[in-house]
Amino acid sequence: MRNVWTIARREIRLYFASPIAYIIGLLIFLITGIYFVLSIYLAGQAAFTTGSTTAPGPDLVVGLMAFLLLFAVPALSMRLMAEEHRNGTLELLLTAPIHEWELVVGKWLGSFLFVFLIILITFIYPIVLNGLVTPGIDQGLMMANYLAITLVSAAFLALGTAISSFFNNQFAAFFATLAVLFFLWVVIGWPAVVMQGSGGIFDYLSMSTHFSSMQAGTVALSDIVYYLSLTGLGLFLGTVAVEIRRWK
Amino acid sequence: MIRTTNLTKDYGARRAIDNLTFEAKQGEVVGFLGPNGAGKTTTMRILAGYMPPTFGSAQIAGFDVVEESIEVRRRVGYLPETVPLYSDMTVFDYLKFMADLRHLPNGDEMVDNALEMVQMEQRAEGYISNLSKGMRQRVGLAQALLHKPEVLILDEPTIGLDPAQVVEVRGIIREIGKERTVLLSTHILSEAQQLCDRVLIINKGRIVAEDTPENLQARLVGAERSILRIKGDAEELMPLISKINGVQDAKIRPDGAVEFQFAPGVDVRPEVAKTVINSGFDLLELSPVGLSLEEIFLELTRDDASTK
Repeated sequence: MRNVWTIARREIRLYFASPIAYIIGLLIFLITGIYFVLSIYLAGQAAFTTGSTTAPGPDLVVGLMAFLLLFAVPALSMRLMAEEHRNGTLELLLTAPIHEWELVVGKWLGSFLFVFLIILITFIYPIVLNGLVTPGIDQGLMMANYLAITLVSAAFLALGTAISSFFNNQFAAFFATLAVLFFLWVVIGWPAVVMQGSGGIFDYLSMSTHFSSMQAGTVALSDIVYYLSLTGLGLFLGTVAVEIRRWK
Repeated sequence: MIRTTNLTKDYGARRAIDNLTFEAKQGEVVGFLGPNGAGKTTTMRILAGYMPPTFGSAQIAGFDVVEESIEVRRRVGYLPETVPLYSDMTVFDYLKFMADLRHLPNGDEMVDNALEMVQMEQRAEGYISNLSKGMRQRVGLAQALLHKPEVLILDEPTIGLDPAQVVEVRGIIREIGKERTVLLSTHILSEAQQLCDRVLIINKGRIVAEDTPENLQARLVGAERSILRIKGDAEELMPLISKINGVQDAKIRPDGAVEFQFAPGVDVRPEVAKTVINSGFDLLELSPVGLSLEEIFLELTRDDASTK
């Protein structure tokens, strides 16, 4: 684990020195911030004009966050391994006394901690919301939402790390990751819609189905297992990709 | 310390190295000499634990490079041809990162020692992106030396450096080679002559010769060669030189110097010098001519082809 942490620490430092990471972070805060303020404003207007008592819930920003991460994660993960290969530093890491999985997990952990920090900062929205609504927000629902977005980002980044391990070109890795995430988030659920009752397997495979269910406040073990399995699969595939590079 | 047996690596249908068997002992500097694409880098990558061979085996300090790769990597310091550096880091942070990956107990001290060895202490806090090529090479070398490895593998360590930097890097390698096993690749014969106890010449993935640099030259030439420069017309001198007992194959080169050969052990140079002076010519130069790598190489590959 020590090697994993050494690799992860370097990655985190690299994100904090990278303009792309700042731009992505700022865009996420800007878009979610505008959305949050606008939603509160509209809910206030509705309360005044129609006497509506429906206040925005703690899931307000989390759904949008997941959508934004669909684009942000490929941009954050594209360089993780591809850049090491392009710079020749992969040769340095693979001749150091570390295992391939330590390298891949370390890379993933670094990117995950960076995204987790962004998620933590967005915690400010439910805190503000809690002060605005009476009798406060549903704490359980809030935790379910934040657990969901944390698990989604872990799985997204693991898949991004794996794809970056297969590519030498960062931009190819970006588009491939975007395509895979879009497929798992949106496309894979379509047969379930078409087949209605008999498409359960596609429904299970869809990332958004599990996310929606957790967002609604139902944290099933199967949802957690699904995201953890996807994260594990991504890290495993990343390790395989690095091993393939060795043998080529 | 390094032992390979029938080491073979295929890249698809192309055989990069073919049945390489050699050894390098502790405290020995072994040079790997050959043109681009001969298989030097592939062999070094296998020995450094970067990639496995297709067939054959290799051991470093008794550990198998495939089965006990981590143990091998702990004992090897490796400098690839393209120095792998993180330009976003300072020299110190980069070396500290590598020290952490190697679990060095007193990392900061080891980094300082490595920097001292390559004379880069003053630039420790500078960013790698701001370093010259020579300094980058030295940082790469410091990375390879960091953990005081038993075996040092250096792929073209002086390529792209200016003459002063070449001298510095060679000095460092010579110092390290006193205690540890060094395998270095080069295509500069003089470098191999200066640094190596033994030279392996590799062509098309096969070792075509293995000996000390001096023996290799002598064995290949079969005769020693010298050139002679005089003030005046060399044409007039030629008959006199050719007549000297032991002088073989005397000819005038396009640059006006006279080149001649003589059998090893029958040094005709004093006689040649006397003849020049006694004939009234002014002697400007009388010096031995070494074979260039290209010549040695052509010689060896010709032998190689004819024995097939």
